[in-house]
Amino acid sequence: MTIASSSPPSRLPAGGASEPRSKPRTRRTEVGETRGDGRLAAVFIAPALLGFLVFLLWPTLRGIYLSFTRFNLLTPAKWVGLDNYVRMVNDPIFWDSLKVTVEYVVINIGVQTVSALAIAVLLQRLTQSAMLRGIVLTPYLMSNVVAGLVWLWILDTQLGIGNEIISALGADRIPFLADETWAIPTIALINVWRHVGYTALLLFAGLQAIPNDMYEAARVDGASEWRMFWRITMPLLRPVLAVVLIMTVIGSFQVFDTVAVTTAGGPANATNVLQYYIYGSAFGRFQFGYASAMSVALLVVLSAITVLQYRLTRAGRTDLG
Amino acid sequence: MAAVTTTTTVGPVRRRFPFGRAAAWTVMGLIVLITLLPFYWILRTALSTNAGLSADPTNPLPVDLTTSGFERALGLQSAEEAVKQGGAGGGLDFWRYLLNSVLVSTLITGCQIFFSAMAAYAFSRLRWRGRDKVFGLFLAGMMVPTIFTLLPNFVLIKQLHLVDTLLGIALPTMFMTPFAVFFLRQFFMNIPREVEEAALLDGAGKVKIFFRVVLPMASTPLVTLGVLTYITSWNDYFWPLMVSYSDSSRVLTVALAVFRAQTPATGVDWSGLMAATLIAALPMLVLFGCFARRIVSSIGFTGIK
Repeated sequence: MTIASSSPPSRLPAGGASEPRSKPRTRRTEVGETRGDGRLAAVFIAPALLGFLVFLLWPTLRGIYLSFTRFNLLTPAKWVGLDNYVRMVNDPIFWDSLKVTVEYVVINIGVQTVSALAIAVLLQRLTQSAMLRGIVLTPYLMSNVVAGLVWLWILDTQLGIGNEIISALGADRIPFLADETWAIPTIALINVWRHVGYTALLLFAGLQAIPNDMYEAARVDGASEWRMFWRITMPLLRPVLAVVLIMTVIGSFQVFDTVAVTTAGGPANATNVLQYYIYGSAFGRFQFGYASAMSVALLVVLSAITVLQYRLTRAGRTDLG
Repeated sequence: MAAVTTTTTVGPVRRRFPFGRAAAWTVMGLIVLITLLPFYWILRTALSTNAGLSADPTNPLPVDLTTSGFERALGLQSAEEAVKQGGAGGGLDFWRYLLNSVLVSTLITGCQIFFSAMAAYAFSRLRWRGRDKVFGLFLAGMMVPTIFTLLPNFVLIKQLHLVDTLLGIALPTMFMTPFAVFFLRQFFMNIPREVEEAALLDGAGKVKIFFRVVLPMASTPLVTLGVLTYITSWNDYFWPLMVSYSDSSRVLTVALAVFRAQTPATGVDWSGLMAATLIAALPMLVLFGCFARRIVSSIGFTGIK
């Protein structure tokens, strides 16, 4: 999933890679240039490989294994076959939290993608100011926790400046994070605030790759900015947009922090997003097996979405050049 | 800028007032406002008293200018004084959490970047059997969402008896992330072979080349990656929440959530909470301020995260 890696891995120079390592002694006599760096490479790769095996590959396999067990962290995991999955399918709270999560993702990604695109185009066509690019990135430097708390305060029903303004305009105060219908859209927008600048800069980088001559030529032909956006920017940005979309959707499905500090899943499970439910199952009720099964479900959903999006948007191909 | 040059090339046609550009600038101004106002509001609230905040919620300036909120957050206020000021009196000490956050983030960033750079060097400039296969495995690792590994990693950290330690928080991301390896490999591959060969002719070994040639030449991507990694680990909440239970390993993000949970829903200590929020956020703003130019201009490459 890369923009930068569109070039295939470089071919190895002849000799090095295909060299059989079983007979190092006879090989050593060969000229230095063709000799591999096996031993040195082993040293250089060791820490990263250790981290990869112990904290990425092993937990992934173990997570899948745990989903077939009953496990409360204190006694050894006990194999229970598909029990957790059967339970999951019959668990209305699971389906409800999946629904809430999807609702969150749709709002979050919808608003964020459109806004980020607008900001990126403004940064490209209106001004090339690096300072403005720095400014739009600042919310990204905050943690989700900080972003959540700030907006919790701004949107507070009684004292928040947001509601003071709404009330000054003559409308009723809105309990943004305490109301079942408002809570999810509010959390979705808080996270747009934090991530939109970063997303915009990714798209901006993609826009930089579009030759300026194209806009110049279109302008000579009398095209409006609006028309240029649809005829030049969008088609040429599509591959970058697709990759960014896949990335942000995957990130969006993992929402947890903001929910944890603003609503804690409430009111009445209205913001009980999947990751929050998983956390509660594991650390609140010590059902690590069931929590793992739901994690696997999330993993499957994310993989399916990635493949689907990749197909639909033809992310791998570019129309440029 | 493009628009400026075209107006001159269009020549004799007098342009009317550029409504489109004015509208676009207005939108841009609004975006900047929405982006930055919350930061001002944190500061304004942190410097107000809680009594002042409820008496005068719309005042754009701090109400009854005070540093009481900061004193509360930093544990400099006595419990009864804190309660009088609208705090919970729970005695949170943000100095300590600040130190914990610095330790964890520094440990993660330093080790992760160094080990990832070593691996990236092996993947790009050394020749060995099975190199592409192992690298393919690392790439596949990028497909696993971090969140999926958190539960099993917690089980592992518990078995290692590292729960509630700073090392336990740092360990899973200390050795590498597939992204860091991948990202640095891209840069290392672009270093011309001649540079390396010249050093080889001078009698330098491959280890020396790594430290004396490759690392210095890749300083910009290393710094960018380092700052982004630091920010990411500083801001992480979910993983430290799982691992840390007490003050000894509590980092700022977790402490903020505890602070928030401690205050009653009816009378939240907004002044203290926003002061604590500022303490958590400020270091990253300063860090970013130091490297902003480099980061902003290279985010195109670094973005794929």
